[in-house]
Amino acid sequence: MRLTVNGIEHDLDLDPRTTVLDALREHLDLTGAKKGCDHGQCGACTVLLDGRRVNSCLLLAVAHQDAEIRTVEGFEDHPVQRGFLEHDGFQCGYCTPGQICSAVGMLDEVERGWPSAATGGDPEGEDLLSDAEIRERMSGNLCRCGAYPNMVPAIREAAGR
Amino acid sequence: MKTFTYRSATGFADGLEPGAVFLAGGTNLVDLMKLGVAAPDVLVDVNRLVADEISELPGGGLRIGAGVRNSDLAADPRVRTRYPVLSQALLAGASGQLRNMATTGGNLLQRTRCRYFMDATKPCNKHAPGTGCPARDGDHRNLAILGGSDACIATHPSDMAVALVALDAVVNTSGPAGERRIPAEELHRLPGDAPERDTVLEHGELITSVDLPAVEVTNSAYRKARDRASYAFAVGSVAAALTVAGGTVGDVRLAWGAVAPKPWRARIAEERLRGAPATRESFLAAADAELAGARALRDNAYKIALMRNLTASVLERLAAAGGTR
Ligand SMILES: Cc1cc2nc3c(=O)[nH]c(=O)nc-3n(C[C@H](O)[C@H](O)[C@H](O)COP(=O)(O)OP(=O)(O)OC[C@H]3O[C@@H](n4cnc5c(N)ncnc54)[C@H](O)[C@@H]3O)c2cc1C
Ligand code: FES
Ligand code: FES
Repeated sequence: MRLTVNGIEHDLDLDPRTTVLDALREHLDLTGAKKGCDHGQCGACTVLLDGRRVNSCLLLAVAHQDAEIRTVEGFEDHPVQRGFLEHDGFQCGYCTPGQICSAVGMLDEVERGWPSAATGGDPEGEDLLSDAEIRERMSGNLCRCGAYPNMVPAIREAAGR
Repeated sequence: MKTFTYRSATGFADGLEPGAVFLAGGTNLVDLMKLGVAAPDVLVDVNRLVADEISELPGGGLRIGAGVRNSDLAADPRVRTRYPVLSQALLAGASGQLRNMATTGGNLLQRTRCRYFMDATKPCNKHAPGTGCPARDGDHRNLAILGGSDACIATHPSDMAVALVALDAVVNTSGPAGERRIPAEELHRLPGDAPERDTVLEHGELITSVDLPAVEVTNSAYRKARDRASYAFAVGSVAAALTVAGGTVGDVRLAWGAVAPKPWRARIAEERLRGAPATRESFLAAADAELAGARALRDNAYKIALMRNLTASVLERLAAAGGTR
């Protein structure tokens, strides 16, 4: 089986049941993406698949051999990472790699003008990075430490960089 | 998880061997496989097979490929302007990450979130026919008040499907027996004494696309009640479209989510509303007429009041928004 992660192609001998999350953590030593729930409910395993944020715990590796996977290890001094550091956007850090990947994907969605459930009737005239928007767009990432308040400005600031 | 073989589907109407299932985004199927509730022998990946494009239909409708991701569908400018109820329903569902994987076909065919269905160690007439239903005396707080049977009171969890039913969408399929056009309202079936069958689809029948008919009413909205503000399944939802002329209801479409084993088209309420004054009183009376058939259990009676109020508030807002085309 072939998996392309952070620009490097890997040849792996994997059971078809292996998820992308388990392939990363157990076979490629990339332990940034975390296993919180293993059922799509927490976002700790978020990675970018062809540039889009997804839950890697629900992806079968065998089905994504042609995709470009990007994990938190693939970012170096990214504006979102800097924002989390400067604004103290975490406590224990367990959810943080997922939050960061999710925020990177989310800012790209905002860039493309995608609406969210917080967006009103006229998305043209709306601030897609208001507090309400950021909270709604990031709702797929839970944080047991409740470090949410500082993540909001961290993400908004990263958008401007 | 039971092991399986994996292959990528190559052509339509290949059919499926017994024990084989289609894989799309995998956000529901892989979850159920981990839980041991689904245990296919073969996974047939349809991601390269089904279209992931939205195209114009002659006469002003849209054709949504079964492989279109929920996030792309919700963001499509044509969907946002012509079918706001559909965009809103999609955005009310799941999370950004899940919507990026979830497909139109997979969303329609996602299975109930009833806790007994999702627990392979529990009896459940849906995952193990004939074993009984613990929900009646157990946890049924989020289960059906309409359309259930003695065998099963599970609710259909999709938000998107409720909007499609309100919009009179048509599901196009291709299978060993040929091609079919199935009204979205008739795709899901009521459980009766065979709750293991969620839909009218045959084994190996592939959803290829969903057609949205030309819009008659763009004044539409989706409203969802849930236990937390985001990233939670509905406990009740309303998809509605409305026109008002001279204070009187013209056209109205109303569908309810999370109250029945299928997306529930509220036809009794619609009937009452056509030609009625566009007032809160008639909206409530129409909801009451639909809910006359509701049967609640110990812990889900709140849904009757919820649907009554939610319906009236959505219709009031649509009426205030002009109710014009
Ligand atoms: C934590 C969590 C929260 C969620 N919250 C919500 C919510 O609030 N609202 C909501 O509506 N949904 C919610 N969902 C469900 C989500 O929307 C579904 O999992 C998703 O839409 C399924 O699409 P998929 O493409 O991933 O389907 P898959 O998991 O790939 O498939 C689902 C089923 O459809 C069949 N199938 C797929 N494509 C086809 C086809 N073209 N033809 C025939 N059969 C096909 C498969 O065989 C399988 O049985 C949530 C899911 C999770 C995990
Ligand atoms: S581990 Fe994937 S969403 Fe929780
Ligand atoms: S920082 Fe501890 S879980 Fe988020």
